[in-house]
Amino acid sequence: MAFNLILFYVFAAIAVGTTLLVVVQSNPVHSVLLLIGSFIGLAGLYVLLEAPFVAVIQIIVYAGAIMVLFLFVVMLLNAPREAIVRSRLLESGATRAVGGLLALAFAAELAWALTRSRTLATGNAGDLPVFSVPQIGQRIFQEYGFAFEATSILILVAMVGAITLAGRNLGANRD
Amino acid sequence: MAELNHYLILSAVLFTIGTAGVVLRRNVITVLLSIEVMLNAVNLTFIAFGRFLGSSDGQIIVFFVITVAAAEAAVGLALVIALFRHVETLNPDAFRQLRG
Repeated sequence: MAFNLILFYVFAAIAVGTTLLVVVQSNPVHSVLLLIGSFIGLAGLYVLLEAPFVAVIQIIVYAGAIMVLFLFVVMLLNAPREAIVRSRLLESGATRAVGGLLALAFAAELAWALTRSRTLATGNAGDLPVFSVPQIGQRIFQEYGFAFEATSILILVAMVGAITLAGRNLGANRD
Repeated sequence: MAELNHYLILSAVLFTIGTAGVVLRRNVITVLLSIEVMLNAVNLTFIAFGRFLGSSDGQIIVFFVITVAAAEAAVGLALVIALFRHVETLNPDAFRQLRG
């Protein structure tokens, strides 16, 4: 049981560390590659949570497909390194005050919510059911069948929209 | 055995990092990446709650969140390409005019 906790901390450290680096990096290519590392850490956490289906989906779809899409766009645009711009918005005292207040409110809210969830947290997850991929598949295609079909339409719309937005010659032909 | 609170705190940390990235970064692609980080933090919450409540709903919702994230990434990146073609920069502060 303690081994699980050690694995949790290892994967959590991977996820948090790489995610912090994603936000700090000035080179977008490095950001994308580090985010893949973050996803791998999260996939490990999903395995710890007895959700191997989602862990595999995370690696194949997220790290494999979506991040490659990001990488293609970064390389296609030959994106310049982000210049460090002193934003006037960040310099002003009022913005800092409001942002600080919001951050404090968020922290207080989180602390309140996490201390109140103790009844659930002390429950033992060991005796709860673990779901296999066939069970999840059956629920997706039966109970969530409508949502599944709606998602396919959403993907189709997104595909058409992406081609329309990014297509180079479509605008010229329309005129 | 890691408790639910461990996962919730980790998810909150990741979500906060993502929010900071969206607010602080001046690069559209990094902002989109930060949004993905936020989505992943929420996914972790779903899976953790699903596990500790003994329900498979969490995993199913994450499946849908990932598909929606894919659609969002495709449209968002297409917009980035279209914008880059107009103004030759990725700084969102430069996107001030709506009329091409």
